[in-house]
Amino acid sequence: MLTIILGILEEGLLYSIMTLGVYITYKILDFPDLSVDGTFPLGGAVTVVLISRGMNPLLTLLFAFFVGAMAGIITGIIHVKFKVRDLLSGIIVMTGLYSVNLRIAGRSNIPIFSYETIFENKFIDKYIPEKLVPYIGLIIIIIIVLIVKALLDRYLETKSGYLLRAAGDNEVLVTSLAKDKGLVKIIGLAIANALVALAGAIYSQKQGFFEISNGTGTVVIGLASVIIGTKAFQNIGFIKTTSAVILGSIIYKACVAIAISLGLPASDLRLITSTLFLIILIVSQDRMRRVKDA
Amino acid sequence: MLNLVDIHKYYNPGTVNESCLFKDFNLSIDEGEFVSVVGSNGSGKTSMLNLICGSIPLDSGKILINDIEITDMPEHIRAKRIGRVYQNPAMGTCPNMTILENMAMADNKNKPFHLGRGTNKKRINFYKETLSSLDLGLENKLNVTVGSLSGGQRQAMALLMSTMTPIEFLILDEHTAALDPKTADLIMKLTDKIVKEKKVTTIMVTHNLRYAVKYGDRLIMMHNGESIFDKSGEDKKASSIDDILKLFNEISIECGN
Repeated sequence: MLTIILGILEEGLLYSIMTLGVYITYKILDFPDLSVDGTFPLGGAVTVVLISRGMNPLLTLLFAFFVGAMAGIITGIIHVKFKVRDLLSGIIVMTGLYSVNLRIAGRSNIPIFSYETIFENKFIDKYIPEKLVPYIGLIIIIIIVLIVKALLDRYLETKSGYLLRAAGDNEVLVTSLAKDKGLVKIIGLAIANALVALAGAIYSQKQGFFEISNGTGTVVIGLASVIIGTKAFQNIGFIKTTSAVILGSIIYKACVAIAISLGLPASDLRLITSTLFLIILIVSQDRMRRVKDA
Repeated sequence: MLNLVDIHKYYNPGTVNESCLFKDFNLSIDEGEFVSVVGSNGSGKTSMLNLICGSIPLDSGKILINDIEITDMPEHIRAKRIGRVYQNPAMGTCPNMTILENMAMADNKNKPFHLGRGTNKKRINFYKETLSSLDLGLENKLNVTVGSLSGGQRQAMALLMSTMTPIEFLILDEHTAALDPKTADLIMKLTDKIVKEKKVTTIMVTHNLRYAVKYGDRLIMMHNGESIFDKSGEDKKASSIDDILKLFNEISIECGN
């Protein structure tokens, strides 16, 4: 039981970094960004290749972050400069990234079990007491999530962050403030995809391998988590939306774990993912309708 | 000084629905003028504002501000010198952000939006003072999201925000049309006060002939992409609502309204 809960927390928190990215595009910018299905494994490919070339695993996360940002910028440019619809821009980048990821990685699956990662290294072997070892993965993920959340919260309170929120809220005002709303969108997509790639990189390091199909369904998981988080905690004032989104990600993973523990085979995972998403969409709509009727 | 020179504007060019709105349209507005623009639907009032602001492209002609051509300047660059209030009160503010955050953003116009704190705490008192001039009690609701305010309150904020930093032109696009009569009066008085205080060149499109007669020092009536009535100063003061209403009825009958 404990291992199951530990697993849910680990996965939920790990995916919450990606979910924060989806939160930026879907909730703040009002841009359904499908490119995350490609940027999640992109982060994994970058980190795994760099680790296998001998780079410090922590440093590879930074690279994954920036490469993810680049992918987001490309989605943004396709949408803003070439005026392609938001969904289609994401699909174009997502599809193209599949091949890019294969090129970066060289093949569809690369193990890094024999290399050091942020979860398995000499430092941990040496300084972490035996009793803590089962929890070290969770602890590391919690630390990263807290850092990412703090930075994102801080960013959203800056002038640039205000403008990002304004762009999703009322883009006419951004123009009135003499700012290019397209540029603001591109910045938002860059940050979002950077976070998604970071999550993908950490995921690959945690798993100990890169797998090209890792990304399939990322956007659905992200959207489901964002919707759960924002709907479930919207009436609780003191919980920040970023916290709510992180909690949403954990709840979502718990739901998947429950479905699997009910006896569904692991091969049904994607079916569970999409069905859960559908249920969440229907339930949250239902709640909105009731509020309107009242 | 704003000049519109030989403006041509077609809608749906190259299709069966092609229609010509402006043909050789010329208009010049002097610095410090407060111009009211009236006219029937489809007469080109809002299109004229959109052309000035760069929201829609023109087919030929020139737009000059102080003899500098801005015809090809993107909308957001023009916005540096223009403040605009829309008919829809939701257009001038961010509904999911607080009053304070909205004010802080407006205050930062024409300055870089960098990674510094979004709200400068030292300016809060100034925002409170500015808001209290509205007499709507907004100064005590700084942390309330703008989306929960009424249309009139939002429009008052939109007006404040668009004129918070120095601008050369104030563009009012039927900005009282979506408000109840009492609130509309309040917003109109506020507009007049701000325009006089800041001495900003103002173009106000309105469907309210009473406002057009009462406020501003020049009145233009538009019809089919032309200005058919244009009086300023003493001439304008001499024209009554009845004169203007009569002219307005004539053009309306022509349109079949």
